[in-house]
Amino acid sequence: MTNLEFTPLVFGLSAVAGFLGALTGLGGGVVVTPALTLLLGVDIRYAIGASLVSVIATSSGAASAYVREGYSNIRIGMFLEIATTLGALFGAYLATRTPTSILSVIFGLVLLQAAWQSSRGHPRGEKIQKTDPLAERFKLNGSYPSPDGPCNYQVDHVKTGFSLMFGAGTLSGLLGIGSGALKVIAMDQAMHVPFKVSTTTSNFMIGVTAAASAGIYLSRGYIEPGLAMPVMLGVLAGSILGARQLIGAKVRVLRWVFAGVVGVMAIEMIFSGVKGKL
Amino acid sequence: MTDQRLEVLISVLLRTGVIGAAAVVLLGGICFLSRHGGEQPAYHAFHGTPQTYRTIPGVIHAAGTTDCQAVIQLGLLLLILTPVARVAFSLGGFALERDGTYVALTFLVLGILICSLAWH
Repeated sequence: MTNLEFTPLVFGLSAVAGFLGALTGLGGGVVVTPALTLLLGVDIRYAIGASLVSVIATSSGAASAYVREGYSNIRIGMFLEIATTLGALFGAYLATRTPTSILSVIFGLVLLQAAWQSSRGHPRGEKIQKTDPLAERFKLNGSYPSPDGPCNYQVDHVKTGFSLMFGAGTLSGLLGIGSGALKVIAMDQAMHVPFKVSTTTSNFMIGVTAAASAGIYLSRGYIEPGLAMPVMLGVLAGSILGARQLIGAKVRVLRWVFAGVVGVMAIEMIFSGVKGKL
Repeated sequence: MTDQRLEVLISVLLRTGVIGAAAVVLLGGICFLSRHGGEQPAYHAFHGTPQTYRTIPGVIHAAGTTDCQAVIQLGLLLLILTPVARVAFSLGGFALERDGTYVALTFLVLGILICSLAWH
């Protein structure tokens, strides 16, 4: 296969990944890497380098729309970015020292979790209006627009959220993914931030988290221009199209299909890792 | 400067960064395919990119010599720098709001990002 054939193929695969990722809210990065490694035989290190770059593109593109709507909380974002960027540095450092077979198995496990979460949709926990003194100290409590005017919310369990964010950053740096799902869990479930604020703030943070590991990836030679080019442009194009689709009944069917595909990829990644094929 | 105004400016900054980066990557991509379209991609074995493509000065220098892959890499660098610029921008915003705590926190995040980009 020549570059003239390979590039459009990668672009197409990435566009589908970006489209499905935007529709299901999982992000495109999480399926790009297994698609590149399992279908096209790309080395997992080049794949995670290209995927990480595409994560920055979709996150920044989507965040530019969400920030304007007034849902995301830039203080929560900035405060938690200390944890995610430190985690990302640690993760990217680990990635350069972890055998690819182990990376592949960890990737498979993260995909299994994503498949499970995709099939379930997002859980809605009861919001208890309680606040942590740390939330007041760091001015994390905020408000978001609702049909009945601004709705105030309180933030709880700041330390737990902060620790979970370090973990989310580590996974992001280790696997070149946005790890948006874990970021949402940390805010929505642990810190009791409203769901819409959690998802938009998470999206806002993904770009900064990924930028922290991108520097290390770049200096280690993981970011290959010929591969990253179609991946970044494809995921970006796909996710812009996906975000424009109206959320309807079909999304539920799509969620199940997506969960199925991701589940199969997860098992393949684990098998390949165990057999030492990647 | 209010949080609302800061958020609108950040949104413009992010969009400009992504569009600009994508345009440079596309330009480099067209150039790359026109010159190296017939070659075989070799991504199944990891060798790491050449040293030139691994540092910011290296990429800028090579892009100046119309090296197509370096132009793509320059676009990718612009993309990586977009969230960094966002953090730097927030630093200015919090300073104008006279919010000392957040100036310090933002400074810390910016420091971590710069550490990563200066990594060798």
